[in-house]
Amino acid sequence: MIPTFADYYAALPELVLLGMTCVILVLDLFLKDHQRNATYLLAQFTLLACAVLTVFTVQGRPLFAFNGLVVDDLMSDVLKVMTYLAVTIALVYVRAYNAARGLFTGEFFTLALFATLGMVVMISANHFLTLYIGLELLSLSLYAMVALQRDSARATEAAMKYFVLGALASGMLLYGMSMLYGATGSLDLESVSAALASGLGSSNVLVFGLVFLVAGIAFKLGVAPFHMWVPDVYQGAPTSVTLFVGSAPKIAAFAFTLRLLVNGMEPLVADWQGMLVVLAVVSMVLGNLVAIAQTNLKRMLAYSTISHMGFVLLGVLSGSLNGYASAMFYVLVYVLTALAGFGVILLLAREGFESEELDDLKGLNRRSPWFAFIMLLVMFSMAGVPPLAGFLAKLSVLQAALQQGLVWLVVLAVMMSLIGAFYYLRVVKLMYFDEPQQSEPIRPLGDMRLMLSANGVGLLLLGIAPQPLLTLCMVAISHSM
Amino acid sequence: MDFLSAIFYVFATILVLAGLRVITARNPVHAALFLVLAFFSAAAIWMLLEAEFLSLALVLVYVGAVMVLFLFVVMMLDVNFDTLREGFWRHLPVGLLVAGAMVLEMVLVLSAEGFRGAPSPEAHGFDYSNTRELGAVLYTQYLYAFELAAVLLLVAIVAAIALTLRRREGVKRNDVGEQVKVRREDRVRVLQLAPEAPVGAQPDAAPAGEGAP
Repeated sequence: MIPTFADYYAALPELVLLGMTCVILVLDLFLKDHQRNATYLLAQFTLLACAVLTVFTVQGRPLFAFNGLVVDDLMSDVLKVMTYLAVTIALVYVRAYNAARGLFTGEFFTLALFATLGMVVMISANHFLTLYIGLELLSLSLYAMVALQRDSARATEAAMKYFVLGALASGMLLYGMSMLYGATGSLDLESVSAALASGLGSSNVLVFGLVFLVAGIAFKLGVAPFHMWVPDVYQGAPTSVTLFVGSAPKIAAFAFTLRLLVNGMEPLVADWQGMLVVLAVVSMVLGNLVAIAQTNLKRMLAYSTISHMGFVLLGVLSGSLNGYASAMFYVLVYVLTALAGFGVILLLAREGFESEELDDLKGLNRRSPWFAFIMLLVMFSMAGVPPLAGFLAKLSVLQAALQQGLVWLVVLAVMMSLIGAFYYLRVVKLMYFDEPQQSEPIRPLGDMRLMLSANGVGLLLLGIAPQPLLTLCMVAISHSM
Repeated sequence: MDFLSAIFYVFATILVLAGLRVITARNPVHAALFLVLAFFSAAAIWMLLEAEFLSLALVLVYVGAVMVLFLFVVMMLDVNFDTLREGFWRHLPVGLLVAGAMVLEMVLVLSAEGFRGAPSPEAHGFDYSNTRELGAVLYTQYLYAFELAAVLLLVAIVAAIALTLRRREGVKRNDVGEQVKVRREDRVRVLQLAPEAPVGAQPDAAPAGEGAP
């Protein structure tokens, strides 16, 4: 009962992350404003160290620790390493932007690290309690980060909306969990699954709880019709926070979905499949259609996120190992794409100017051909144009759904992504065929230039040679589910 | 209906009515007091479930601390509650419709089969201590979740300070730290003044400025 060394070993990266975050929190108090780079470097070092630790503590089989509260399996290891990397990339991108807006503070990094802790806790959770606390840790940090620019009325409004709706969703999630606890008598995902498989508990209460659970998940993923917060938060938050909210937390939300629905409630697959079909269809239709009408780039990408999360659900709802693996691949590719996309928006912003309208992209090719090309890769990848990574992600998800005989759903998804291609291509047209409206030179810092280039080229390479990552996802899922 | 069920229904009715009054009361102080009543009824229901610790914690923490703080806020801030209540009656029909539909659905789903089949838990003896049971698992079985909950509080502190601490330029205020740290040499300077000029001589035209205290 009392945790032993083996327990701590299974959660070693999380413990290191927590310890280092506290160290950074205290250390930052003693730094002067011009020494803030030390905080930044220490945060980056922590994230990379945690990623390395995660790789070195990979186990051949799932390892349960802390009385079943935590599981360390291959899926959690892969997703955790990706989360650490995504946060690292995000912090590189936001440095110059934050420094110009007084957001380059210790609190930003501390909150980002606490949010990361919440994500990794969610990813390796095996218990309703751990899942919920991880989720709250993530959400609370994100609410604060959105509101960090406190003189901006839009950021405050976005944070308020995010907080109120998020609290409501957490309430729904808890209500669903309590129903499942009442029906199965356990909070442990393994035991819940075993109890469900043995036909214990009345089906009415189970489905009742499941509805609330799926609603909570849908909110956290940001899929329609629980998407109301996404556009406002994406547009209202400072772009650096939007980048953060729109990248790594998606990995955690995906793991959350898989843990709850597959690890915990696989026997109820027939019930949640139907619910996810509705969510996926509404998200893909609404996300793609409404995105066309947007003139704000951040808002457009928000609606694009909604449709992409619909695609992820398409993989999850097929209820097969193949489907889960393709959804995992989709999420990882999407996070990389979103990072590069928001990275370019950050790149174009400068002191006193936010580059977030579509018109601000006009003639980017004249101003900086290389970064226009990166943005082109991002847009093509999001639209699903071969040979970019986004194409293969869409393809594998659609294949998984097709194997389950959901032909009408696949046809609808393809049609919707065709419609969606319009607004992605519009961005390309603005960049390459329109006259530039601004002439300020684009001079990013060296590390950002390097990282953004690597990120963009990575999308292309991942599209040409997707096999390693696809295989990794497949192996991770089949080891863990 | 046995005695326990009767008590449950009494407290449940009070809880629901108090909850309704929280959102319908005109006076915000009354609303806060009704919330206190709702908390008390919930605590009583928990007591019926043999969860004494949670029940007492609810009274101590929520009623004793949070609601008192809330009352202070309500009384000190001059919030115009009439503007907040604007549109209440206009939106009431839609709200009632949605709420009614949800209640109906929940009743239908849960009463058809619900928890009827589940065995009701056995009552514990007099020597059973809910607090002891909680304490036994909190630091052993649920250590990980417990510590993470502590981290959650830490995040709340960091977030609250980050969002409210603001250094304003040009505001005159005492810095107690600076005041305490002050040394004698910073405040008192001993000057070697020249011996007084003989009587009748002209004093210096411009007295040294640094002689000022």
